[in-house]
Formats: sequence, structure tokens, C-alpha cells
Amino acid sequence: MTPDTAASDAPGTAAAIAATPRRVAGAGGTNVLPVLIGVAVIAIIFQSLNDRFLSTGNLVNLFVQASVFMLIGMGEVFVLLLGEIDLSLGYVAGIGGVIVTELVQVRTGWPWWSAILMALLVTGAIGFLQGSLITRLRLPSFVVTLAGLLGWQGVMIILLGTGGTIPIPNATINAIANGSIAPLGGWVLAAAVVIVYAAVTLGSDAQRRAAGIAAPSPATTALKVLSVAAAALAIALLTNADRGVGPYSLRGMPYVLPLVFAVLLVWSVVLTRTRFGRYVYAIGGNAEAARRAGIALGWVRTLAFTCAGMTAGLGGIVYASRLRSMSTSFDGGTIVLYVVATAVIGGTSLFGGRGHPLHAVLGGVVIAAIVNGMALLGLSAAIQLIATAVVLLASIFVDVVIRRRGAAG
Amino acid sequence: MNDEQARHDEQARSRARQPQGVAAEPLLRLAGVQKSFGAVHALRGVDLTVPSAAVTALVGDNGAGKSVTVKVVAGTHLPDEGQMFWEGRPVHPRTPREAAALGIEVVYQDLALCDNLDVVQNMFLGREAVKRGFLDEDAMECSAMRTLAELQVTTIQSVRLPVASLSGGQRQSVAVAKAVMWNSKLVILDEPTAALGVAQTRQVLELVRRLAERGLGVVIISHNLTDVFAVADRIAVMRLGRVVSEGPASGTDVQTVVELMTTGNARAA
Repeated sequence: MTPDTAASDAPGTAAAIAATPRRVAGAGGTNVLPVLIGVAVIAIIFQSLNDRFLSTGNLVNLFVQASVFMLIGMGEVFVLLLGEIDLSLGYVAGIGGVIVTELVQVRTGWPWWSAILMALLVTGAIGFLQGSLITRLRLPSFVVTLAGLLGWQGVMIILLGTGGTIPIPNATINAIANGSIAPLGGWVLAAAVVIVYAAVTLGSDAQRRAAGIAAPSPATTALKVLSVAAAALAIALLTNADRGVGPYSLRGMPYVLPLVFAVLLVWSVVLTRTRFGRYVYAIGGNAEAARRAGIALGWVRTLAFTCAGMTAGLGGIVYASRLRSMSTSFDGGTIVLYVVATAVIGGTSLFGGRGHPLHAVLGGVVIAAIVNGMALLGLSAAIQLIATAVVLLASIFVDVVIRRRGAAG
Repeated sequence: MNDEQARHDEQARSRARQPQGVAAEPLLRLAGVQKSFGAVHALRGVDLTVPSAAVTALVGDNGAGKSVTVKVVAGTHLPDEGQMFWEGRPVHPRTPREAAALGIEVVYQDLALCDNLDVVQNMFLGREAVKRGFLDEDAMECSAMRTLAELQVTTIQSVRLPVASLSGGQRQSVAVAKAVMWNSKLVILDEPTAALGVAQTRQVLELVRRLAERGLGVVIISHNLTDVFAVADRIAVMRLGRVVSEGPASGTDVQTVVELMTTGNARAA
């Protein structure tokens, strides 16, 4: 980049950032607008080619398809924020799915909740183990988690035994991805989210004004609350419309939808409102500065890998639930590559320091939309792979351009 | 242990305050500090006095021992021999943390800022304010704005801008503000103007003056003698691991300092 373009770019960027300081801080330093526009463009293209794409049934289905990538992707964001990578998360998710599957079998007979807890505990421990190897022995995360990619697949196959496919006999586990909340429940949930969001936003604005620091204008706040309300209304309408086929009626919000949003909310709060989260960003931005500030780099990194493993484990449980079974054909290698793509497409940087769990959710929508839309058009898997590759390249291009501009400004 | 240390510090502080006016102990005094790295004898007996409320420039050629001296004061290196007196009391900071607890902060040349974090987040990095388990952003923002206002750093439009979008002078100002907001008494600046243009250099030098006016002891390491004479009250010249000359800036000139840096001797004035 020549000094001329840098000079002409910088004021524009600075002005744009100054206009929305809170949002920038909240979303980990990037604007989610490009990916939202991308989603809209993809939706328009597919809808014009096949009018079933934007049908209620397909949209709900699309979200459920995407949820596995979204969940594992939110785990990957923790690691990407550090400037590291975790290639094992696909098979760590597989381990999570297998543990739940095995524990709720009739002969083991664990209750569903303790099976889930156990799976999260184990996948968290796997993340902790790999994180410890990376931080204590100073091994590169790429290699340690590549070993994980191979090793945990082996462990998963051993756990599954020679049977190949093991069905899940537990209705609650299967309902996570296949069941729906009764329509009234969906409405109540959507309303509750809007009310809480409005209360928190207005409260924080009032607090800032009382403290005498710049608060967003009432118009901005109103716009934010209204857009959240509109989104909640749209989701509630969409999920509560009848999407059944033929004589069968099917309506209600799939359980996995509030699950994904709950994880998104929790990890957002952890990353942007706690010391641990602040240190994850700091290490990704400038590890040496973080070290000099007295931050225990090793512990923060290890904990981030632990969170990543645990979140991936949850994604694996949703995967198993969706298929109502777990099998040795689970392809964690492909999943983890999609998951990294998911986070990067959403706007999380591969170079560390910039990212947000929301990116994984938005990127998950993009990837699922491509896969789903192309399948609707009857295009081959080969074309789907190529299209995903193009989108990934486009997003990493945006990532690198933003990074260069930051360095120049 | 820590409480005891803190009480000790407080006593030392009140002791130091009492004789003010008369022959008060300087803020920091090094006596015969030596440091070797293997065969390299980096410091060969450094004697240095740093008073409060004044800017002391530490100048010298490359390899004269300026950086090692700073790192001994900052607790990064332990001296092999010699004494360090803080407000008249012998101290031996073993880590940067211990030095910071005494009130010693160093702004290194690379500034140690996280580009992706905003001004407030950088200023509080590692010492965030927490309320009920969550970051107290409002309190931190208020406090950061107050510190910047006190230092008359007015060029930063918003403290919620990421540091990446700031100019070199603004970044230096943020690093300095970060160093002084923790009740520090001595701020050491390593080449603060090395990467700056003319206008930004002036901004930073004015900021350095204000620190001294606020009563802080300031040590500035610089190669640029124009800057040194513009800002320093006292000049200490280092050569080959020793301080060869130390005194008020008004009593010397650029040529003398250059000769001291290169030969260790000055012509009779």
C-alpha cells in the first residue's frame, strides 16, 4: 500500500470507528456489516434460482444445519483470538458426541444431563491438556492440535467400538436438534430477550450519562433496541409458522436456536466484560505487552483452549442429536476446516486480537446457506466445495486488507 | 509479607517527606552498580542521582550502558554489585512488579501497547477495575479521561478509539499516561521521540515537562541532544558502563556532552 492510499484511507476508517465506538469495542474490533450484506446477497441469489430457499421450513432447517458449525466455531474463536489455531476441535466435538451417545445407552443408563455434563468435562479437559502442551512446553498449536486431529479420531473409533453406528435411545438428547419449543414458549422467549436487552442497554446508557461520559444518542439506542426487537419478531414468526409437510403440522422454535444464542451470549460476556476475555484479546494483539502488564499468559491461553474444547464438545452433542446417532463416519477433519472458515468468514482474524463469537454464528449462516442453497439447486458436492472456497478466500482477503490498513493507520 | 512491605514503604515515604526543603534524599540514587553478562562488563560502577520534580536525561553512545541501567532500576536485571536507594532507603527490586510497587514505571521504546485494544483498555491492561466480577468500563473510562486531561493530552478524540488508529505522538502519550496513572513517582522514558516527526516530538517533550511539573522524577534516554537540551533539567552522560558526568543542563552544552560521550573527558570550559 502506498503512503497516499494509506493517508486517504485512514481518516475515513477513523471517522467510521469514532462514530460507533461502543459497537466496535463490543464486536471485537470489526464491523459485521460486510457479512450481513453477504448473507443478503446469497439469500437473494438462491431465492431467485429456487423459491423454496426462503421458505420457512428451509430457513429453520438451515439454521439447525448451521448450528453445529456455529457452536464449534464459537470455540475456535477463542483460539483464533490468541493468534493460535485448533485443528482438533472437529474430533474433540466427535468425542463429545460419542460420550453422550455411549452414556445414555440402555446398558450404561446415565440420565441425559449427567451425560452432557460428562461430555463437556472431558472435552474441556482435552482442551486443557492440549493448551498445557502448547503453553508449558511451548509447542506450536498447529502441530499439537494436528496431533489431536489424528489422535482423537482414533480414540473416538475405539469408543464407538466395532459397531460403526450407535443410535441414541434418549428422547431428550435427540430433541436438542430435532425438537421444538411450543409456539407460546417461543414467543415468551423472544419477548424476554427483547425486554432484557432494552433494559440492559438503557441502563448502561443512563449509567454512562450519570458518570459524565459520552453515551450513544437516544436515537442510536432506539435503533439498536428496535433492530433487536425486529430480529426477535422475525425469528419468532418464522419458527412458529407451520413448516409441516402435507397433513403433518410442524411449528415452534427448535431447541438448538436458544441454545446457540445462550452460548453466544455467555461467551460474548466472558470475552468482552471479564478480565480473562480482555487478556485473550490483549495476548492476540501484543503478547509482549500483555506479558509486561503482568498477565499470566500461560494460564489465559490454557483456559482459552479449555473453553474452545468444551464449546466444541457441545457442538458435537448437537451433531449427534441431529443424526440421532454417532458413527465412525463422523468427519471431524472436514468439520474443523469448515469451522475455521466459519469464524474467518464472519470476520474473526487468523492473526489474533480481532474476533467475536458472533462471527462464528454469522459465518455459520453463510456456510450453511451455500451448502443448503446449492443442494436445493441440485448442484454437486464438488461445486459446493468450490463455492465455499471462493467465499473463504474472499473473507481472508478482507481480513488481510483490514489488518494492513490498521498497520498503516 | 506484602502488607509488611507496604507498611514499610509508607513509613519510608513519610520519612522521606519530613526533611523536605533541607538536604532531602533524592528520589533515586545508584551507587557503584555493576552488572556483567558473561564476559561483557556492561555496568562498571554506575553512580546516578535522580531527583523528584525534574527531568534527568541519560545520554551516551550505543553500548554505554543506558538500557542496562534502566533495566536494573526497573527490576528486569539484578545488579551484581552496588546499591540502589529509593527515597533514601536501600531497595532491590527483583521483578518489574516490585519496581512498579515502589512507584517506578518504564515506557519502553516499543511502547508495549495492544493495537487492537482501545485507549482505556490499554491504560488499564493488567490492572482492570472490576465490579461484581465484571469489568467496570465506565469507571476506567472516567479515570483514563481524567489522567489524560491532567496531562493535557488533548489530541485524542475518543478514548474508545483502538490504539492502532492513533498517531505516533498520541501512542507515546497513551503509553506515558498509562505509566503515570498508578501513583508512580519515577517514570523512565526510553527514546520517546525516536520515531516521531517535529510537531509530535514537541507534543511529547511538553508532556515530559508536565510530568516533572507534577512532581514526578523523570528519566529520559535519548540520542537526540537537541531534545535533551530542550527538556532536561539535569544531564548524566554514560560511557563504557560508567556515569562520567552528572549535573544541571544549564551548566553544559551540546559540544561538551558529545565529547564526554565519545572520550569520557571534557575540555576545560
